[in-house]
Amino acid sequence: MGAGHGHRLHFHGHSPVHRAPAHLKVLALVGFMLVVVATPRQAYPLLALEAAVLLGVVALSRVPLRYLLPRMVVEVPFVVFAVLMPFIAHGPRTEVLGVSVSEPGLVAGVALLVKGTIGVLASLTLAATTEPQDLLRGLQRLRTPDLVVQIMGFMIRYLDVVTAELGRMLTALRSRGCDPRSPRHWPVLARSLGALFIRSYERGERVHLAMLSRGYDGRLPQTGETR
Amino acid sequence: MHVPDGFLDAPTSAATGAVAVAAVALSLRGARRELDDRTAPAAGLVATFVFAAQMINFPVGAGTSGHLMGGALAAVLVGPWTAVLCVSVVLVVQALLMADGGITALGTNITLIGIVTVAVGWTVFVALRRVLPRRLSMVAPAAAVGALISVPVAALVFTALFSVGGNVSVDLGAVLTAMLGWHTVIGIGEAVVTGLVVATVVATRPDLVHGARPLLFERELEVRTGAVR
Repeated sequence: MGAGHGHRLHFHGHSPVHRAPAHLKVLALVGFMLVVVATPRQAYPLLALEAAVLLGVVALSRVPLRYLLPRMVVEVPFVVFAVLMPFIAHGPRTEVLGVSVSEPGLVAGVALLVKGTIGVLASLTLAATTEPQDLLRGLQRLRTPDLVVQIMGFMIRYLDVVTAELGRMLTALRSRGCDPRSPRHWPVLARSLGALFIRSYERGERVHLAMLSRGYDGRLPQTGETR
Repeated sequence: MHVPDGFLDAPTSAATGAVAVAAVALSLRGARRELDDRTAPAAGLVATFVFAAQMINFPVGAGTSGHLMGGALAAVLVGPWTAVLCVSVVLVVQALLMADGGITALGTNITLIGIVTVAVGWTVFVALRRVLPRRLSMVAPAAAVGALISVPVAALVFTALFSVGGNVSVDLGAVLTAMLGWHTVIGIGEAVVTGLVVATVVATRPDLVHGARPLLFERELEVRTGAVR
């Protein structure tokens, strides 16, 4: 629960990418992705160059692709959309493998797929090489409002506590023959979620009191190493 | 359900980013009124709750699954300003630490999931609270209707953004029909779960439900004599 805990996507390492200041990494990610998004969709050499730059950074970070690739499944829902694009878009038709598809739709679908994949891999690289505490400090340095950084800090700090609590509730439900996914059992699930809300809120109140008793005045003290 | 990078063009992403920054700045001031100095820990834990609630996937058919968006739920439970803040923080953390939702689409995601669902859900809820009998038992149905309407409206706003900044010309009518139809189904699930969760909290800790507070203040203290000796 304390500082220095890696989060689920973090990959421990000591590469230059790991050591780079978090605020620079966030700025680099946003800048890079803006360039990728603004790239004309048929400028394939440019897109290939951007992908190569990204792969270079991944190689530099020494996070194995074997680690990153399985974690790219978050992309799947919109891959479906990208695949549908050639079929639902307008414009001149063209033949691909004997199927008539829309040419602009095909171009857009491919561009969407490429840009989206670059985006997911770039975000994963940031997540894999940055400790949450460093990220928070980086956001602070980027003049993110202090309150937002604090809320994020609390969220990250208690993420495992609350999700583990939910996990135990779901285990308890399942062991009593309840399937939380089935709409038939939604009333039971909703009661658990209500209980989880009350527990989370009350935990927040207790944390607040504990902080007040330790001299909290609206700002968190800087502790630990400053990077 | 998060919009990835490259779905909308750069100007649209930048515009929604500006909307998101402005809304979060406004919410920061509003949340202080709702939570005073408890804002950081309380909103942080509520954000964690929203994240946890979003983790439960429901099968919606055709092999895909949807999850709770939680905008209307958070608005009724903790108030609209705190809700915008909590859902936005959840989206930022998801984008930066979990690669869920594109970093350039962060503004779009905050606008759609953080602002539109909360604003619509809360507006509908408050309107219904005025119309319905002023009883605690009416809070949960009002929240459910708010959630039901908030999801298709978010889909509508997404379609509007897509028509402005989408990178391809598709039949907008078809996209609109598909998005609205699909999201009405998702909205029904959202409504059922939201209503049931709010009903649970109202039954056990009504003082924690922000949307029920005006009704609580109106309740008169009932002193029953004779029942206990």
